[in-house]
Amino acid sequence: MREVTIRDALREALREEMRRDKSVFLLGEDIGRYWGGAFGVTKGLAEEFGDERVRDTPISENAIIGVGVGAAITGMRPVAEIMFGDLTALAVDQICNQAAKIRYMFGGQVGVPLVIRTPFGAGVNIASHHSQSLEAWFMHTPGLFVAAPSTPYDAKGLLKTAIRGSNPVLFVEHKLLYPVKGLVPDEEYAVPFGVGEVKREGNDVTVVATLYMVHKALNAAEQLYKEGISAEVVDPRTLSPLDTKSIVESVKKTGRLVVVTEDCKTAGVSAEIAAVVAEEALDYLDAPIKRVAEPDTPIPFSPSMEKFVIPSETSIVQAVKKVVSKAN
Amino acid sequence: MIQNSKLLEMYRQMLTIRFFEEQVFELYGENLVPGTIHLYAGEEAVAVGVCANLRRDDYITSTHRGHGHCIAKGARLDKTMAEILGRKTGYCKGKGGSMHIADFSIGMLGATAVVGAGIPIATGAGLSVKLRSTDQVVVCFFGEGASNQGTFHEGLNLAAVWRLPVVFVCENNLYAMGTRQSRVMLVDNVADRAACYRIPGVVVDGNDVLAAYEATHEAVARARRGEGPTLLECKTYRLKGHSRFDPATYRPKKEVEEWLGKESIARFQTKLLEMSVLTEAEIQEIVQDVRHEVESATKFALDSPFPESYEALDDVYASEESAAQK
Repeated sequence: MREVTIRDALREALREEMRRDKSVFLLGEDIGRYWGGAFGVTKGLAEEFGDERVRDTPISENAIIGVGVGAAITGMRPVAEIMFGDLTALAVDQICNQAAKIRYMFGGQVGVPLVIRTPFGAGVNIASHHSQSLEAWFMHTPGLFVAAPSTPYDAKGLLKTAIRGSNPVLFVEHKLLYPVKGLVPDEEYAVPFGVGEVKREGNDVTVVATLYMVHKALNAAEQLYKEGISAEVVDPRTLSPLDTKSIVESVKKTGRLVVVTEDCKTAGVSAEIAAVVAEEALDYLDAPIKRVAEPDTPIPFSPSMEKFVIPSETSIVQAVKKVVSKAN
Repeated sequence: MIQNSKLLEMYRQMLTIRFFEEQVFELYGENLVPGTIHLYAGEEAVAVGVCANLRRDDYITSTHRGHGHCIAKGARLDKTMAEILGRKTGYCKGKGGSMHIADFSIGMLGATAVVGAGIPIATGAGLSVKLRSTDQVVVCFFGEGASNQGTFHEGLNLAAVWRLPVVFVCENNLYAMGTRQSRVMLVDNVADRAACYRIPGVVVDGNDVLAAYEATHEAVARARRGEGPTLLECKTYRLKGHSRFDPATYRPKKEVEEWLGKESIARFQTKLLEMSVLTEAEIQEIVQDVRHEVESATKFALDSPFPESYEALDDVYASEESAAQK
């Protein structure tokens, strides 16, 4: 095992898959030798694989994805980067109407092995057009998978699965997670889609969290543990397919559920997870489900306001205490 | 010079498209076609003239008005008709319908019903060709209406800077649904926009199949030589309205009559007779033959079962990952 950052883990996955399979290539804005990606994920790859396979594009998000679709249905495995998740809005037609529907509407004739990497998430004071978490848009799109890793191990393993698969994948990265370190094996491995992971075991309450919120939930769980509350933290790792089984099993064990996601609360990721548990495990609940999520605003600029709208460890702790305090 | 056999094949294909579309129109009237239809009738010279330059392994992308593109690229009539009628035996097992036909076995990468969305996809297929170092060519069909979408600018710009082997074929039928070109564009020719991307922009009479053939021939040759894309504008006209229920009252009578005078099949037929490539007797023979072919395709489609309703759940994802899902 080696300790690497998520940024490095992602780069390792790209490098290894590009070495393994000539049909894998990258395209996006400033991903090449002159910049290496806005967050440095593709740094050094153009030097190894050349400008043809690590391809800088003009600022044309819809075409970046459209070109990816066209290449994917003719034998290539493109990995497209959209510099900021908010900018996927410019490419929603190609992502949701084309990439996600092509296999279905053409009767299964072809797969669309396209990976779209993009960073979501707030916390670096870059305001409304560079900070949002829009995972729920894409969870709502049949035909598309959504991966959302929280650790270097998961990031590398899930990206490999995404690149090798035959379905389009929106691969969500959280911009605060790039420097986060963790262990990855030296040997080859991949993380399957649709398999969540219990990141911390506990008995009193299930906390389902995604992306950066997994880390906040783990910190909150540690704090709660000192106060005598045992929280189980479940990370679904992919939002589509969603590992409902792991979530439901955990809730059946603990009898309580808090969902922590950074996206807006209304019709968000947390809403889907809460609905699944309400449908499949209502009888096991000893308290109402509680959601900790963004309070339905765009992301504000000024630091104190931004901090206010993003779920905090304190808000997670409070939510957990609330559901735990409900009598059995 | 185009060989006589090729000329005859092109004539036959144009007739096939026309008769096929007439048949679809008729079936629609009998309530046998669910949804709506956008007929290609009137624009046959474009699809046939363009696709006559393509190999089986070349690619095309198509639009909501795509039946003609399919047939010209070599799609089977029976599976095309079955798809339009929503049958299980259709190209897309009844999931796509008239606006979403694809046949990947002949490089027909599918029709998109989002106007202009095929342009970046065709560009991506062109990039794929370049990265795989083959000499395939991509033809992207779209209308003049699509040239006002951002995808047109993004796609043509990319294809130009990357010198991709894509021939962008604009079928300018003057109207985007009911909106006349002059109301929404100040340029007379879509092809004029090619200058912005420093690629050749060519205007041809899209009702002259030989003109479409010749212009495409050059564009395809350039593309195969690695010299990049061409924007080819074919001026043409719909015989009917935009979709099934459109009487097209927005088109002045005089204009319609003028274009009827330029109808492509009659023109080509006259030319072939003049060139002695074709005789009246042979015309009758070909007409009969094509009618028979369309009839048997129709019979196949009508005799085919509808999909089971639960088949709606299939094909959302490729199987490998859906295994992990359960």
